[in-house]
Amino acid sequence: MSFHIVVCAGIVPDPLQTLEPTTGPNGPGIKNEMVLPAVLDPWAASALYEAANLAAKNPGSKVWLVSLAPKAKLQQVMMSVAQKVSFELVPIDGPIGGFPDAQATAAVLADAISAIPGLERERMLVFGGWESATRGAGVTLQLVGERLGIADQFQGVDAIDVRPDGPDAGSFEVLERVEGGKHQVSACAGAPAVLGWATGNLAEPRNNPQVGMANMRTIMPALQKAKTAALDGNGLHYVSVSLPKQQRTTRVEKNMSADEIAAELAEWIGAD
Amino acid sequence: MESILVLTHADENGAMLSKGSLEAVTAGEDLARRVGAELTIGIVAKSAAGATAQVGGAAKRVLAVEGEAFAQSRFATDAAACEALCRAAQATIVVAPGSSRFARVMAAVAHRAAGVIDTHVTAIGGADSVEATRWFYRQRIEAVVSREKRPWFLLVDSGTHPAFAGDAVETPVEQITVELPAVRTNVTGTRAPKLDAQTIRPDAKLLFVAGAGWTKKQPDGQVHVEQAGELILSFLKTSGASLGSSKSLVDQGGEGNSVLPFLTHLNQVGQTGSTPRHAKGLSTCCHGEEPHVVGWRFVGERRAVSLDPNCGWTRGKADVVYVADAFEVIGKVNALLEKVASRS
Repeated sequence: MSFHIVVCAGIVPDPLQTLEPTTGPNGPGIKNEMVLPAVLDPWAASALYEAANLAAKNPGSKVWLVSLAPKAKLQQVMMSVAQKVSFELVPIDGPIGGFPDAQATAAVLADAISAIPGLERERMLVFGGWESATRGAGVTLQLVGERLGIADQFQGVDAIDVRPDGPDAGSFEVLERVEGGKHQVSACAGAPAVLGWATGNLAEPRNNPQVGMANMRTIMPALQKAKTAALDGNGLHYVSVSLPKQQRTTRVEKNMSADEIAAELAEWIGAD
Repeated sequence: MESILVLTHADENGAMLSKGSLEAVTAGEDLARRVGAELTIGIVAKSAAGATAQVGGAAKRVLAVEGEAFAQSRFATDAAACEALCRAAQATIVVAPGSSRFARVMAAVAHRAAGVIDTHVTAIGGADSVEATRWFYRQRIEAVVSREKRPWFLLVDSGTHPAFAGDAVETPVEQITVELPAVRTNVTGTRAPKLDAQTIRPDAKLLFVAGAGWTKKQPDGQVHVEQAGELILSFLKTSGASLGSSKSLVDQGGEGNSVLPFLTHLNQVGQTGSTPRHAKGLSTCCHGEEPHVVGWRFVGERRAVSLDPNCGWTRGKADVVYVADAFEVIGKVNALLEKVASRS
């Protein structure tokens, strides 16, 4: 069984960066967002690695990476992402950040996926992060699936186990995160399906310069041809955007003995 | 004039409403009272009898989708059920719990209803219009949004509203018929991580976070992973705390290093982990870097035990930081908590 795996992934500021909201003519944004170091959205990156792993286990499979971001930013991030796993980039030149409306973003992504030449629906798995590190709404991938008419969707996925052969070849078992630190186990008849990934179980692949060179041969021309997308606001209005005001006054205890600390902690834990 | 529908679902046992659903009822009832809107409650369950009794007095109209197909938390059937309830209610605002079950389907339902959706809502307010508060950039930026478009779906985070406690008022239930879609997915069960005991306890008062320092070399030049594991499990047992971890410690398992065997990615708190809600949090052997600390946004009182006097926790992220050896401190805390437990 081979799959056509489409991974939707955004670009986000490096998590170690300080973020400061600002308001521009197009609404709220992050101050200096275009010059902040950026990375592939972490949960979506998990999805990409899981997609590559699944493709490697199922010969004949192919991975596309669909990403909506400013072209220059995409090129920058792809320099490192391209060295991890093999994929074909489907770039869309558009705004960055978490403040644009998710419904509009999903519409653009769904259109881009529909336009991928050679993509076969009956072999299609749409992957992505279950939530982004920007908007963090957990709705974009679901809306993409809905627009593509996919009725089997899974969110918070940590594992997929595909049956390689037999009468059920291509069917799979999915583990989704549910409340209380548990996984819900589902059996799905097979593609097409949407899987919004949590962390999965794979470590980040090591950089492979050969994979990087092969990827960049198709990434650069794709970036040059990337279409520009304008996002509909959908009547979304930001009343306020602010940093949390909560800054604690920290008491740093450097000279307490372990016994004193333990007594204080035990009392604190027991107090209502 | 707004009209409000609260969508709810049964808990994992199937008979009663989930806690998150009851919290959504409170949120919907508050909103309806404030804007003078009519409230309708929709229930998705295998059998709605028990659930209906729980929301007595909250709404004049209660709708239910019942049947074996809705016993399972599954996209195709849940989306069809919620779509049918929305069409029957014709509400302008739909409030629902941000549970794993409804988070999986509600954006699709909003799309089917030609509406819009906002999730992880922590408060619903506004004077002249309805406004929703939610966080962006993994709890680093807070925003208040409003929408012109209707229906507007709001998924409310758990723990942000008290659970609704209904009156003993019997409300007639309207059964809503759903045309079932082709079902290609079957839920076969739930699976807990490979644990001797469940360490993730969302309802615990205390979050205990174990950082990477537990598996690093100690003053004697050796690592003491086994001892660390015993201390942590003993602490969880005596305190009833929920166990969280930093990404760096969880990731060590994937890199072939010594790790605490009971930790999985599910325990991970922060940027790529969870954002739990606990009244108190105790961090141990963790640097308190921003990607981890964003997961503490909704933890009330915060304390940390760290050997590093300049760790992130000391920079306004914790209330108290003890510069000390967590092995020694937690061992002594365990002894004190055991003593208290044996007395009671």
